[in-house]
Amino acid sequence: MDIVFALIKIVIAVAVLLFMVTYLVYFERKISAWIQDRIGPNRVGWGGLLQSPADVLKLFFKEDIVPRAANKFVHSLAPVISLTIAFITYTVIPIGNDIQLFGYNIKLVVADVDAGILFILAFTSIGVYGITLSGWGSNNKYSLLGGLRSSAQMISYELSMGISVVGVLMLAGSLKISDIINYQSGWMWNAILQPIGFITFVVAAFAETNRLPFDLPEAEPELVGGYHTEYSSLKFAMFFLAEYANMIVASALISALYLGGWNLPFVHDLGLNPTLTILFQITTYFIKILCVLFFFIWVRWSIPRFRYDQLMSLGWKVMLPLSLINLIWVAFLIYVFKI
Amino acid sequence: MSVVKKRRKDLTIFQKLYIPEIVKGMLLTFKHLFGPKFTRQYPEVRYEQPDSYRGRPVLVQENGKERCVACGLCSRVCPALAIEVQAVETEDEKERYPNLFEINMLRCIFCGFCEEVCPEEAIIMSKDYELTFTKYEDAIFGKDKLLVPVESLKGRIEFLRKYR
Repeated sequence: MDIVFALIKIVIAVAVLLFMVTYLVYFERKISAWIQDRIGPNRVGWGGLLQSPADVLKLFFKEDIVPRAANKFVHSLAPVISLTIAFITYTVIPIGNDIQLFGYNIKLVVADVDAGILFILAFTSIGVYGITLSGWGSNNKYSLLGGLRSSAQMISYELSMGISVVGVLMLAGSLKISDIINYQSGWMWNAILQPIGFITFVVAAFAETNRLPFDLPEAEPELVGGYHTEYSSLKFAMFFLAEYANMIVASALISALYLGGWNLPFVHDLGLNPTLTILFQITTYFIKILCVLFFFIWVRWSIPRFRYDQLMSLGWKVMLPLSLINLIWVAFLIYVFKI
Repeated sequence: MSVVKKRRKDLTIFQKLYIPEIVKGMLLTFKHLFGPKFTRQYPEVRYEQPDSYRGRPVLVQENGKERCVACGLCSRVCPALAIEVQAVETEDEKERYPNLFEINMLRCIFCGFCEEVCPEEAIIMSKDYELTFTKYEDAIFGKDKLLVPVESLKGRIEFLRKYR
Protein backbone atom coordinates (compact mmCIF):
# COMPACT_ATOMS: atom_id res chain seq x y z
CA MET A 1 0.00 0.00 0.00
CA ASP A 2 2.85 2.37 0.78
CA ILE A 3 4.20 1.94 -2.74
CA VAL A 4 0.85 2.86 -4.24
CA PHE A 5 0.67 5.99 -2.12
CA ALA A 6 4.26 6.85 -2.98
CA LEU A 7 3.54 6.47 -6.71
CA ILE A 8 0.39 8.59 -6.47
CA LYS A 9 2.32 11.23 -4.58
CA ILE A 10 5.11 11.24 -7.18
CA VAL A 11 2.62 11.65 -10.02
CA ILE A 12 0.84 14.47 -8.20
CA ALA A 13 4.11 16.19 -7.28
CA VAL A 14 5.46 16.08 -10.85
CA ALA A 15 2.13 17.18 -12.30
CA VAL A 16 1.82 20.08 -9.86
CA LEU A 17 5.42 21.10 -10.43
CA LEU A 18 5.10 21.04 -14.23
CA PHE A 19 1.82 22.95 -14.05
CA MET A 20 3.36 25.53 -11.75
CA VAL A 21 6.42 25.93 -13.98
CA THR A 22 4.26 26.44 -17.07
CA TYR A 23 2.17 29.08 -15.42
CA LEU A 24 5.13 30.65 -13.64
CA VAL A 25 6.49 31.54 -17.08
CA TYR A 26 3.15 33.11 -17.97
CA PHE A 27 3.08 34.87 -14.60
CA GLU A 28 6.58 36.23 -15.15
CA ARG A 29 5.79 37.47 -18.65
CA LYS A 30 2.64 39.18 -17.42
CA ILE A 31 4.31 40.85 -14.45
CA SER A 32 7.30 41.97 -16.49
CA ALA A 33 4.90 43.45 -19.02
CA TRP A 34 2.93 45.29 -16.36
CA ILE A 35 6.08 46.68 -14.78
CA GLN A 36 7.14 47.98 -18.18
CA ASP A 37 3.67 49.48 -18.84
CA ARG A 38 2.80 46.82 -21.41
CA ILE A 39 -0.07 44.33 -21.47
CA GLY A 40 1.79 41.07 -21.96
CA PRO A 41 0.65 37.87 -23.69
CA ASN A 42 -3.12 38.07 -24.26
CA ARG A 43 -3.76 36.39 -27.61
CA VAL A 44 -3.51 32.61 -27.10
CA GLY A 45 -6.41 31.32 -25.04
CA TRP A 46 -8.36 33.40 -22.55
CA GLY A 47 -6.23 36.39 -21.63
CA GLY A 48 -3.15 34.55 -22.94
CA LEU A 49 -3.59 31.61 -20.56
CA LEU A 50 -2.61 29.08 -23.24
CA GLN A 51 0.56 30.97 -24.24
CA SER A 52 2.96 28.81 -22.21
CA PRO A 53 1.51 25.45 -23.30
CA ALA A 54 1.72 26.72 -26.89
CA ASP A 55 5.37 27.64 -26.36
CA VAL A 56 6.13 24.19 -24.95
CA LEU A 57 4.41 22.59 -27.94
CA LYS A 58 6.45 24.78 -30.26
CA LEU A 59 9.70 23.69 -28.58
CA PHE A 60 8.71 20.06 -29.16
CA PHE A 61 8.67 20.60 -32.91
CA LYS A 62 11.92 22.54 -33.12
CA GLU A 63 15.00 21.04 -34.68
CA ASP A 64 17.51 19.72 -32.17
CA ILE A 65 20.90 21.13 -33.13
CA VAL A 66 24.15 19.76 -31.70
CA PRO A 67 27.33 21.63 -32.66
CA ARG A 68 29.77 19.51 -34.67
CA ALA A 69 32.64 20.23 -32.28
CA ALA A 70 30.61 19.53 -29.14
CA ASN A 71 31.09 16.53 -26.91
CA LYS A 72 27.83 14.83 -27.79
CA PHE A 73 27.51 12.76 -24.62
CA VAL A 74 28.19 15.61 -22.22
CA HIS A 75 26.15 17.97 -24.32
CA SER A 76 23.04 15.84 -23.94
CA LEU A 77 23.79 14.76 -20.37
CA ALA A 78 23.90 18.29 -18.95
CA PRO A 79 20.21 19.25 -19.37
CA VAL A 80 19.18 15.89 -17.94
CA ILE A 81 21.25 16.56 -14.83
CA SER A 82 19.78 20.03 -14.44
CA LEU A 83 16.19 18.91 -14.75
CA THR A 84 16.55 15.78 -12.61
CA ILE A 85 18.15 17.72 -9.78
CA ALA A 86 15.46 20.37 -9.93
CA PHE A 87 12.76 17.71 -9.62
CA ILE A 88 14.53 15.62 -6.98
CA THR A 89 14.85 18.50 -4.53
CA TYR A 90 11.11 18.92 -4.69
CA THR A 91 10.49 15.46 -3.21
CA VAL A 92 11.56 16.28 0.35
CA ILE A 93 9.53 19.46 0.69
CA PRO A 94 6.33 18.74 2.63
CA ILE A 95 3.18 20.72 1.88
CA GLY A 96 1.32 20.05 5.11
CA ASN A 97 1.02 18.01 8.29
CA ASP A 98 0.04 14.34 8.18
CA ILE A 99 -3.52 13.84 6.98
CA GLN A 100 -5.96 11.04 7.94
CA LEU A 101 -7.73 9.73 4.86
CA PHE A 102 -9.67 6.43 4.45
CA GLY A 103 -8.11 5.14 7.66
CA TYR A 104 -4.58 5.71 6.45
CA ASN A 105 -2.08 8.18 7.87
CA ILE A 106 -0.81 9.97 4.76
CA LYS A 107 2.26 12.12 4.88
CA LEU A 108 2.02 15.09 2.53
CA VAL A 109 5.56 14.68 1.24
CA VAL A 110 6.97 12.31 -1.37
CA ALA A 111 10.02 11.22 0.63
CA ASP A 112 10.04 11.99 4.34
CA VAL A 113 13.81 12.24 4.71
CA ASP A 114 15.10 12.99 8.20
CA ALA A 115 18.02 15.03 6.88
CA GLY A 116 15.78 16.97 4.49
CA ILE A 117 17.76 20.21 4.49
CA LEU A 118 21.06 18.41 3.95
CA PHE A 119 19.44 16.50 1.10
CA ILE A 120 18.35 19.70 -0.59
CA LEU A 121 21.68 21.46 -0.08
CA ALA A 122 23.56 18.43 -1.41
CA PHE A 123 21.42 18.11 -4.51
CA THR A 124 21.39 21.79 -5.37
CA SER A 125 25.19 21.57 -5.29
CA ILE A 126 25.05 18.78 -7.85
CA GLY A 127 22.93 21.12 -9.96
CA VAL A 128 26.11 23.10 -10.65
CA TYR A 129 27.35 20.16 -12.74
CA GLY A 130 24.43 20.51 -15.11
CA ILE A 131 25.36 24.08 -15.96
CA THR A 132 29.13 23.63 -15.88
CA LEU A 133 29.03 20.52 -18.07
CA SER A 134 26.72 22.22 -20.54
CA GLY A 135 29.23 25.05 -20.74
CA TRP A 136 32.13 22.70 -21.29
CA GLY A 137 30.36 20.20 -23.55
CA SER A 138 29.08 22.77 -26.05
CA ASN A 139 32.63 23.73 -27.07
CA ASN A 140 31.70 27.39 -27.27
CA LYS A 141 33.48 30.25 -25.57
CA TYR A 142 30.31 31.92 -24.34
CA SER A 143 28.92 28.70 -22.93
CA LEU A 144 32.21 27.93 -21.23
CA LEU A 145 32.35 31.38 -19.64
CA GLY A 146 28.77 30.99 -18.47
CA GLY A 147 29.49 27.59 -16.99
CA LEU A 148 32.63 28.83 -15.23
CA ARG A 149 30.83 31.82 -13.79
CA SER A 150 27.99 29.66 -12.60
CA SER A 151 30.25 27.20 -10.78
CA ALA A 152 32.24 29.98 -9.09
CA GLN A 153 29.09 31.84 -8.13
CA MET A 154 27.22 28.84 -6.80
CA ILE A 155 30.13 27.65 -4.72
CA SER A 156 30.63 31.10 -3.15
CA TYR A 157 26.99 31.57 -2.33
CA GLU A 158 26.46 28.04 -1.07
CA LEU A 159 28.65 28.94 1.90
CA SER A 160 26.59 31.85 3.11
CA MET A 161 23.44 29.88 2.34
CA GLY A 162 24.62 26.93 4.44
CA ILE A 163 25.68 29.12 7.34
CA SER A 164 22.37 30.99 7.37
CA VAL A 165 20.57 27.65 7.42
CA VAL A 166 22.63 26.64 10.47
CA GLY A 167 20.89 29.43 12.37
CA VAL A 168 17.53 27.87 11.56
CA LEU A 169 18.75 24.41 12.52
CA MET A 170 20.05 25.64 15.88
CA LEU A 171 16.63 26.97 16.81
CA ALA A 172 14.57 24.05 15.52
CA GLY A 173 17.03 21.33 16.58
CA SER A 174 16.17 19.20 13.56
CA LEU A 175 17.10 18.77 9.92
CA LYS A 176 13.62 17.61 8.99
CA ILE A 177 11.69 20.32 7.15
CA SER A 178 8.32 19.45 8.72
CA ASP A 179 9.90 19.73 12.19
CA ILE A 180 11.36 23.12 11.31
CA ILE A 181 7.99 24.36 10.06
CA ASN A 182 6.13 23.06 13.12
CA TYR A 183 8.68 24.77 15.34
CA GLN A 184 7.68 28.12 13.80
CA SER A 185 4.02 27.89 14.90
CA GLY A 186 2.44 31.13 16.02
CA TRP A 187 4.60 34.13 15.33
CA MET A 188 7.90 32.30 15.91
CA TRP A 189 8.77 32.79 12.23
CA ASN A 190 12.48 32.64 11.59
CA ALA A 191 12.23 35.74 9.39
CA ILE A 192 11.25 37.69 12.51
CA LEU A 193 13.65 35.97 14.91
CA GLN A 194 16.71 36.22 12.64
CA PRO A 195 16.18 38.91 10.00
CA ILE A 196 19.85 38.97 8.96
CA GLY A 197 19.83 35.25 8.28
CA PHE A 198 16.62 35.69 6.27
CA ILE A 199 18.20 38.35 4.08
CA THR A 200 21.41 36.40 3.49
CA PHE A 201 19.44 33.26 2.68
CA VAL A 202 17.19 35.06 0.21
CA VAL A 203 20.17 36.70 -1.50
CA ALA A 204 21.98 33.37 -1.66
CA ALA A 205 18.85 31.72 -3.05
CA PHE A 206 18.76 34.32 -5.81
CA ALA A 207 22.37 33.52 -6.62
CA GLU A 208 21.76 29.76 -6.48
CA THR A 209 18.83 29.90 -8.89
CA ASN A 210 20.71 32.29 -11.24
CA ARG A 211 17.96 34.89 -11.00
CA LEU A 212 18.46 38.39 -12.16
CA PRO A 213 20.65 40.46 -9.91
CA PHE A 214 22.98 37.45 -10.10
CA ASP A 215 22.16 35.89 -13.45
CA LEU A 216 25.76 36.11 -14.68
CA PRO A 217 25.84 32.56 -16.09
CA GLU A 218 23.41 33.65 -18.79
CA ALA A 219 24.05 37.40 -18.89
CA GLU A 220 22.54 38.07 -22.32
CA PRO A 221 24.40 41.28 -23.19
CA GLU A 222 27.81 39.74 -22.50
CA LEU A 223 27.49 36.02 -23.18
CA VAL A 224 24.82 35.73 -25.90
CA GLY A 225 22.83 33.12 -24.00
CA GLY A 226 25.40 31.92 -21.47
CA TYR A 227 25.56 28.20 -20.80
CA HIS A 228 22.59 27.38 -23.03
CA THR A 229 23.81 29.26 -26.10
CA GLU A 230 24.27 26.02 -28.06
CA TYR A 231 21.04 24.38 -26.96
CA SER A 232 17.84 24.19 -28.91
CA SER A 233 14.54 22.38 -28.95
CA LEU A 234 13.74 20.11 -26.00
CA LYS A 235 17.20 20.36 -24.45
CA PHE A 236 16.74 24.09 -24.17
CA ALA A 237 13.27 23.50 -22.79
CA MET A 238 14.80 21.24 -20.12
CA PHE A 239 17.16 24.01 -18.99
CA PHE A 240 14.27 26.43 -19.02
CA LEU A 241 12.12 24.06 -16.97
CA ALA A 242 14.98 23.43 -14.56
CA GLU A 243 15.50 27.14 -14.00
CA TYR A 244 11.88 27.74 -13.14
CA ALA A 245 11.57 24.54 -11.11
CA ASN A 246 14.61 25.65 -9.11
CA MET A 247 12.89 28.96 -8.53
CA ILE A 248 9.82 27.17 -7.15
CA VAL A 249 11.98 24.95 -4.92
CA ALA A 250 13.87 28.00 -3.66
CA SER A 251 10.69 29.88 -2.82
CA ALA A 252 9.19 26.80 -1.17
CA LEU A 253 12.35 26.52 0.89
CA ILE A 254 12.34 30.20 1.82
CA SER A 255 8.75 30.06 2.98
CA ALA A 256 9.37 26.77 4.81
CA LEU A 257 12.53 27.82 6.63
CA TYR A 258 11.83 31.49 7.32
CA LEU A 259 8.19 32.37 6.71
CA GLY A 260 6.63 29.68 8.89
CA GLY A 261 5.65 27.28 6.10
CA TRP A 262 2.00 26.35 6.50
CA ASN A 263 1.64 28.14 9.85
CA LEU A 264 -0.82 30.98 10.12
CA PRO A 265 -1.08 32.27 13.71
CA PHE A 266 -4.87 32.24 14.11
CA VAL A 267 -5.75 28.99 12.31
CA HIS A 268 -6.27 27.00 15.49
CA ASP A 269 -8.65 29.62 16.87
CA LEU A 270 -11.04 29.05 13.97
CA GLY A 271 -12.07 25.67 15.40
CA LEU A 272 -12.11 23.82 12.06
CA ASN A 273 -11.99 20.01 11.95
CA PRO A 274 -8.52 18.49 11.41
CA THR A 275 -8.86 17.77 7.67
CA LEU A 276 -10.12 21.27 6.92
CA THR A 277 -7.34 22.75 9.03
CA ILE A 278 -4.78 20.87 6.98
CA LEU A 279 -6.36 21.97 3.71
CA PHE A 280 -6.29 25.53 5.02
CA GLN A 281 -2.63 25.10 5.90
CA ILE A 282 -1.80 23.78 2.43
CA THR A 283 -3.47 26.81 0.83
CA THR A 284 -1.57 29.08 3.20
CA TYR A 285 1.69 27.45 2.19
CA PHE A 286 0.95 27.79 -1.51
CA ILE A 287 -0.02 31.43 -1.09
CA LYS A 288 3.26 32.06 0.71
CA ILE A 289 5.16 30.32 -2.09
CA LEU A 290 3.32 32.44 -4.65
CA CYS A 291 4.19 35.62 -2.75
CA VAL A 292 7.88 34.66 -2.69
CA LEU A 293 7.72 33.81 -6.40
CA PHE A 294 6.19 37.21 -7.07
CA PHE A 295 9.05 38.73 -5.10
CA PHE A 296 11.56 36.81 -7.25
CA ILE A 297 9.96 38.14 -10.44
CA TRP A 298 9.53 41.64 -9.06
CA VAL A 299 13.22 41.83 -8.15
CA ARG A 300 14.21 40.53 -11.55
CA TRP A 301 12.44 43.36 -13.36
CA SER A 302 13.63 46.07 -10.97
CA ILE A 303 17.32 45.56 -10.26
CA PRO A 304 20.14 45.60 -12.82
CA ARG A 305 22.76 42.86 -13.02
CA PHE A 306 25.86 42.85 -10.81
CA ARG A 307 29.31 43.01 -12.30
CA TYR A 308 31.26 39.78 -11.83
CA ASP A 309 33.81 41.14 -9.33
CA GLN A 310 31.04 42.90 -7.41
CA LEU A 311 29.21 39.60 -7.21
CA MET A 312 32.24 37.80 -5.81
CA SER A 313 33.15 40.51 -3.32
CA LEU A 314 29.53 40.68 -2.19
CA GLY A 315 29.49 36.93 -1.68
CA TRP A 316 32.73 36.65 0.24
CA LYS A 317 33.08 40.03 1.96
CA VAL A 318 29.49 40.84 2.85
CA MET A 319 27.27 37.78 2.77
CA LEU A 320 29.63 35.42 4.57
CA PRO A 321 30.36 37.77 7.54
CA LEU A 322 26.67 38.67 7.75
CA SER A 323 25.63 35.05 7.99
CA LEU A 324 28.27 34.50 10.68
CA ILE A 325 26.87 37.48 12.60
CA ASN A 326 23.46 35.87 12.29
CA LEU A 327 24.88 32.67 13.76
CA ILE A 328 26.17 34.58 16.80
CA TRP A 329 22.82 36.34 17.12
CA VAL A 330 20.95 33.03 17.17
CA ALA A 331 23.36 31.65 19.77
CA PHE A 332 22.70 34.79 21.82
CA LEU A 333 18.93 34.25 21.49
CA ILE A 334 19.22 30.68 22.66
CA TYR A 335 21.55 31.56 25.55
CA VAL A 336 19.53 34.53 26.85
CA PHE A 337 15.90 33.62 26.13
CA LYS A 338 16.33 29.82 26.32
CA ILE A 339 14.05 29.34 23.25
CA MET B 1 50.69 50.77 -4.26
CA SER B 2 47.35 51.55 -5.67
CA VAL B 3 46.13 55.09 -5.60
CA VAL B 4 42.71 55.57 -4.11
CA LYS B 5 40.87 57.70 -6.61
CA LYS B 6 38.29 59.99 -5.14
CA ARG B 7 35.09 60.00 -7.12
CA ARG B 8 33.57 63.21 -8.29
CA LYS B 9 30.62 62.54 -6.06
CA ASP B 10 31.22 60.14 -3.20
CA LEU B 11 28.25 58.10 -2.08
CA THR B 12 26.89 58.68 1.37
CA ILE B 13 26.75 55.77 3.81
CA PHE B 14 23.01 55.62 3.32
CA GLN B 15 23.54 55.06 -0.41
CA LYS B 16 26.38 52.63 0.12
CA LEU B 17 24.07 50.33 2.08
CA TYR B 18 22.22 49.73 -1.23
CA ILE B 19 19.12 48.49 0.56
CA PRO B 20 17.22 51.82 0.76
CA GLU B 21 17.96 52.54 -2.89
CA ILE B 22 16.86 49.06 -3.89
CA VAL B 23 13.62 49.50 -1.94
CA LYS B 24 13.05 52.83 -3.70
CA GLY B 25 13.51 51.20 -7.10
CA MET B 26 11.27 48.29 -6.23
CA LEU B 27 8.50 50.64 -5.06
CA LEU B 28 8.75 52.47 -8.38
CA THR B 29 8.34 49.27 -10.38
CA PHE B 30 5.47 48.24 -8.08
CA LYS B 31 3.68 51.49 -8.88
CA HIS B 32 4.04 50.73 -12.59
CA LEU B 33 2.32 47.36 -12.12
CA PHE B 34 -0.98 49.20 -11.88
CA GLY B 35 -0.20 52.22 -14.04
CA PRO B 36 -1.75 52.91 -17.44
CA LYS B 37 -0.51 50.67 -20.26
CA PHE B 38 0.81 51.96 -23.54
CA THR B 39 0.33 48.89 -25.70
CA ARG B 40 -1.74 49.31 -28.87
CA GLN B 41 -3.70 46.15 -29.71
CA TYR B 42 -2.45 46.30 -33.31
CA PRO B 43 -4.77 44.55 -35.72
CA GLU B 44 -7.83 45.87 -33.90
CA VAL B 45 -6.56 49.32 -32.95
CA ARG B 46 -4.62 51.02 -35.71
CA TYR B 47 -2.17 53.85 -35.83
CA GLU B 48 -3.61 57.05 -37.33
CA GLN B 49 -0.78 58.34 -39.48
CA PRO B 50 -0.24 62.06 -39.99
CA ASP B 51 -0.40 63.35 -43.57
CA SER B 52 3.38 63.49 -43.71
CA TYR B 53 3.54 59.68 -43.56
CA ARG B 54 5.10 57.97 -46.58
CA GLY B 55 3.49 54.59 -47.18
CA ARG B 56 3.42 52.71 -50.47
CA PRO B 57 3.29 54.87 -53.61
CA VAL B 58 -0.02 54.79 -55.50
CA LEU B 59 -1.33 56.24 -58.77
CA VAL B 60 -4.08 58.83 -58.46
CA GLN B 61 -7.29 57.83 -60.21
CA GLU B 62 -9.56 60.67 -61.32
CA ASN B 63 -12.88 60.14 -63.18
CA GLY B 64 -12.01 56.46 -63.58
CA LYS B 65 -8.69 57.21 -65.28
CA GLU B 66 -5.15 57.70 -64.07
CA ARG B 67 -3.77 61.24 -63.94
CA CYS B 68 -0.41 59.98 -65.11
CA VAL B 69 0.82 61.24 -68.48
CA ALA B 70 3.63 58.67 -68.62
CA CYS B 71 6.43 61.25 -68.75
CA GLY B 72 8.72 58.75 -67.05
CA LEU B 73 10.25 61.23 -64.58
CA CYS B 74 9.43 59.02 -61.59
CA SER B 75 11.08 56.07 -63.26
CA ARG B 76 14.11 58.25 -64.04
CA VAL B 77 14.45 59.65 -60.50
CA CYS B 78 13.82 56.40 -58.62
CA PRO B 79 17.08 55.58 -56.80
CA ALA B 80 16.15 51.94 -56.42
CA LEU B 81 15.05 51.51 -60.06
CA ALA B 82 11.73 50.17 -58.90
CA ILE B 83 9.39 51.87 -61.39
CA GLU B 84 8.76 50.87 -64.98
CA VAL B 85 6.56 52.95 -67.30
CA GLN B 86 5.47 52.32 -70.89
CA ALA B 87 3.71 55.18 -72.62
CA VAL B 88 0.95 54.94 -75.22
CA GLU B 89 -0.90 57.69 -77.06
CA THR B 90 -4.53 58.46 -76.37
CA GLU B 91 -7.34 60.67 -77.81
CA ASP B 92 -7.73 62.41 -74.44
CA GLU B 93 -6.59 65.94 -73.70
CA LYS B 94 -3.45 64.69 -71.95
CA GLU B 95 -2.39 62.83 -75.14
CA ARG B 96 -0.33 60.12 -73.36
CA TYR B 97 -1.07 57.52 -70.73
CA PRO B 98 0.84 54.54 -69.37
CA ASN B 99 -0.41 51.20 -70.60
CA LEU B 100 2.09 49.56 -68.23
CA PHE B 101 2.99 51.02 -64.86
CA GLU B 102 4.79 48.68 -62.47
CA ILE B 103 6.41 49.29 -59.10
CA ASN B 104 8.52 46.52 -57.70
CA MET B 105 7.70 46.70 -54.00
CA LEU B 106 10.72 44.60 -53.11
CA ARG B 107 12.93 47.40 -54.49
CA CYS B 108 10.94 50.44 -53.38
CA ILE B 109 12.58 52.28 -50.49
CA PHE B 110 9.68 54.66 -49.77
CA CYS B 111 11.85 57.73 -50.35
CA GLY B 112 9.05 59.69 -52.00
CA PHE B 113 11.22 61.08 -54.85
CA CYS B 114 8.68 59.92 -57.43
CA GLU B 115 5.97 61.91 -55.70
CA GLU B 116 8.22 64.95 -55.43
CA VAL B 117 9.23 64.95 -59.08
CA CYS B 118 5.78 64.26 -60.57
CA PRO B 119 4.48 67.31 -62.48
CA GLU B 120 0.87 66.09 -62.53
CA GLU B 121 0.41 65.05 -58.85
CA ALA B 122 -0.26 61.64 -60.30
CA ILE B 123 1.87 59.46 -58.01
CA ILE B 124 1.31 59.93 -54.30
CA MET B 125 2.61 58.21 -51.18
CA SER B 126 -0.39 56.63 -49.49
CA LYS B 127 -0.73 55.65 -45.81
CA ASP B 128 -0.78 51.92 -46.56
CA TYR B 129 2.12 50.13 -44.90
CA GLU B 130 0.81 46.59 -44.70
CA LEU B 131 2.65 44.97 -47.61
CA THR B 132 2.95 41.22 -47.55
CA PHE B 133 3.52 38.86 -50.40
CA THR B 134 4.54 35.25 -50.64
CA LYS B 135 5.75 35.21 -54.26
CA TYR B 136 8.11 37.40 -56.25
CA GLU B 137 5.38 37.95 -58.86
CA ASP B 138 3.05 39.28 -56.17
CA ALA B 139 5.62 41.89 -55.20
CA ILE B 140 5.42 43.67 -58.54
CA PHE B 141 2.41 45.94 -58.28
CA GLY B 142 0.73 46.70 -61.60
CA LYS B 143 -1.88 49.30 -62.42
CA ASP B 144 -4.65 47.18 -60.89
CA LYS B 145 -3.08 47.49 -57.45
CA LEU B 146 -1.65 50.97 -57.84
CA LEU B 147 -4.74 52.93 -58.90
CA VAL B 148 -6.46 54.60 -55.96
CA PRO B 149 -9.35 57.09 -56.24
CA VAL B 150 -8.36 60.69 -55.57
CA GLU B 151 -10.91 61.12 -52.75
CA SER B 152 -9.02 58.83 -50.40
CA LEU B 153 -5.76 60.69 -50.92
CA LYS B 154 -7.02 64.19 -50.15
CA GLY B 155 -5.07 64.64 -46.92
CA ARG B 156 -1.75 63.86 -48.51
CA ILE B 157 -2.39 66.05 -51.57
CA GLU B 158 -3.29 68.99 -49.35
CA PHE B 159 -0.17 68.39 -47.30
CA LEU B 160 1.95 68.38 -50.45
CA ARG B 161 0.43 71.62 -51.74
CA LYS B 162 1.10 73.30 -48.42
CA TYR B 163 4.65 72.19 -47.78
CA ARG B 164 6.24 71.14 -51.06
